[in-house]
Amino acid sequence: MKSLGSIRRSFAPWADPAAVPYIAFEGVTKTFGAFAAVNNLSLTIYEREFFALLGASGCGKSTLLRMLAGFEEPTAGRILLEGEDLRGIPPYRRPVNMMFQSYALFPHMSVEANIAFGLRQDGMPKAAIAERVAEMLKLVKLEPFARRKPHQLSGGQRQRVALARSLAKRPKVLLLDEPLGALDKKLREETQFELMDLQQELGLTFVVVTHDQEEAMTMADRIAVMDRGEVIQVATPAEIYEAPSSRFVADFVGTVNMFEGTVAERSDAGVVIAEAGGMRLRAAEGGAAGPGDTVWFAIRPEKVRVSAARPPEAGNAVEGEVWDIAYLGDVTVYHIRLDDGRIVKATAINSRRVVEDALTWHDRAWVSFAADAGVVLTR
Amino acid sequence: MNRLLAALASRLVIVVPYLWLLVFFLVPFVIVFKISLSFTALAMPPYTPVFDLQQGLSGLMAALGELTVENYLWLFQDQLYVNAYLSSLWIAAVSTVLALLVGYPLAYGMARAPESVRPVLLMLVILPFWTSFLIRVYAWIGILKPEGLLNQFLFFLGAIDEPLIILNTNTAIYIGIVYSYLPFMVLPIYATLERMDHSLVEAAQDLGCPPVTAFWKVTFPLSMPGVVAGSMLVFIPAVGEFVIPDLLGGSRTLMIGKTLWQEFFSNRDWPVASAVAVILLVILIVPIMLFQRAQARAQEKGL
Repeated sequence: MKSLGSIRRSFAPWADPAAVPYIAFEGVTKTFGAFAAVNNLSLTIYEREFFALLGASGCGKSTLLRMLAGFEEPTAGRILLEGEDLRGIPPYRRPVNMMFQSYALFPHMSVEANIAFGLRQDGMPKAAIAERVAEMLKLVKLEPFARRKPHQLSGGQRQRVALARSLAKRPKVLLLDEPLGALDKKLREETQFELMDLQQELGLTFVVVTHDQEEAMTMADRIAVMDRGEVIQVATPAEIYEAPSSRFVADFVGTVNMFEGTVAERSDAGVVIAEAGGMRLRAAEGGAAGPGDTVWFAIRPEKVRVSAARPPEAGNAVEGEVWDIAYLGDVTVYHIRLDDGRIVKATAINSRRVVEDALTWHDRAWVSFAADAGVVLTR
Repeated sequence: MNRLLAALASRLVIVVPYLWLLVFFLVPFVIVFKISLSFTALAMPPYTPVFDLQQGLSGLMAALGELTVENYLWLFQDQLYVNAYLSSLWIAAVSTVLALLVGYPLAYGMARAPESVRPVLLMLVILPFWTSFLIRVYAWIGILKPEGLLNQFLFFLGAIDEPLIILNTNTAIYIGIVYSYLPFMVLPIYATLERMDHSLVEAAQDLGCPPVTAFWKVTFPLSMPGVVAGSMLVFIPAVGEFVIPDLLGGSRTLMIGKTLWQEFFSNRDWPVASAVAVILLVILIVPIMLFQRAQARAQEKGL
């Protein structure tokens, strides 16, 4: 197998205007009574993409997935798979398979029978089924458990059976509904990488629904951040994190310090923001904001430096008091209380075992960040 | 001291059900069994020997020596009893299958109904119990008799020219048993279906099953514990049923409950009637044990 990096780096069909979308949602709306779970949503997903729908519960991401699987029909708009309108095609005739959040393993069937279920339904010859089941068991490393019943397996093993079962029919698209939600943290992290390897190896298109931003960032080529039935931003994990399009995205993905203010000056070197608390913040890029506009300056904690003395060349620096320190081993999280009472969060990587001049509670300290470390948001 | 009391109390909790079984099941059974080994007599009580504690241990031993298995042998010599047992089992089996055919769709519909109306539907299933069982069976006479409601209705529709003879046939017994025991079939099936994770059916559809296939491959096998429980709850009491065959069945209807009643009250042959009852119990213990094994297995699986 080639290393993931070399394949991934060149994989960006969404940037190619000539690329044909594999899955397209066109103005899709789904209402339940008066409630619009999905509201006039358009989205394109490309072949072999690992696509994540990220959002809080109730944002419509699961409804979107269920419409793709065929369990719900859109109230308006259409869904295309390879250019074919899926409307009216029942779930049992769609070339997509789903891995359910609850795994939905058939409790009265062995692991083997669960994996073979879809193949038997298609009337595949017995020998071919046996071969495919063996291949799937090997893929998810469950060969010794073939004859067990689901209730005799651990949570992680069940998750693998569910995965093997949904992959056995070689679907064009694999849908994963919170695939790792029931696993503990360590197993979840391992499985994330396994899923990525599997997706590359099989060359399939994966659409995963998750509320866990870390999971989405780890696995996905692109993430669609959803809120109240609408897509707020679709971009690669790095873009979502470093260049969020709105306060909602910046706040939903990761931790952020947000300063509200108005644009005081605009020049080639960037903008100066008159911050509501009286600070003047320099930002290298002002986006579309013109003088007098209300903007928000968003900066991630790991881009904020904490020091006892004012650093000489920082773009922005403000003084405060060390309010809280959380030592997490790999990083230390500082909460610095500015003199007007607001808290600025900063994280420092513990690259050395012993830090001399360490700051401690109630020390005076400076927080500083470069002008190009944060983003200016207009909404 | 407190701990001792607590330990005693926890033992007592286990003792209570056993004591209940002993007093209300085992003791009566032993009495019936003893009578079944006795002879009929024109006396009060109408059998002999009678244990008399005043005659001491030797008297008791003498009385025990008089007991006989003749009544049991008699049950197998007269074809009537064997036929009555077989006929009872057959009628109970047919009624159980019919109750399943009616009860399963009912339970399925209830389990698939919106959550808000389910309690109402459940109530409706239990509602007939609010009227006396006997009155409800009598009501069926009014419906099924030749000049009854059913025939009048069919005449009104012009569907028949002469009345259907249903009352006093086995058909009437089937109707009576299915009607009376339907809730016992519906409730356990409803309980298993309602508990079932609906995503299992969706998974089956996702893997290529049309809805009907998904039902037979997933829903039905997973509802088996409910089907078994419901079938047992209908079959076991139906075998010994007396009121329904007596009121709705004809003179030619042979059921062991009726035979037992006749032996006891018409013939005043308490020993043979007791033997009939003991054999009935033995016959029913087999399905009861099968039922318990099935339940234990289901519990083990965590279904």
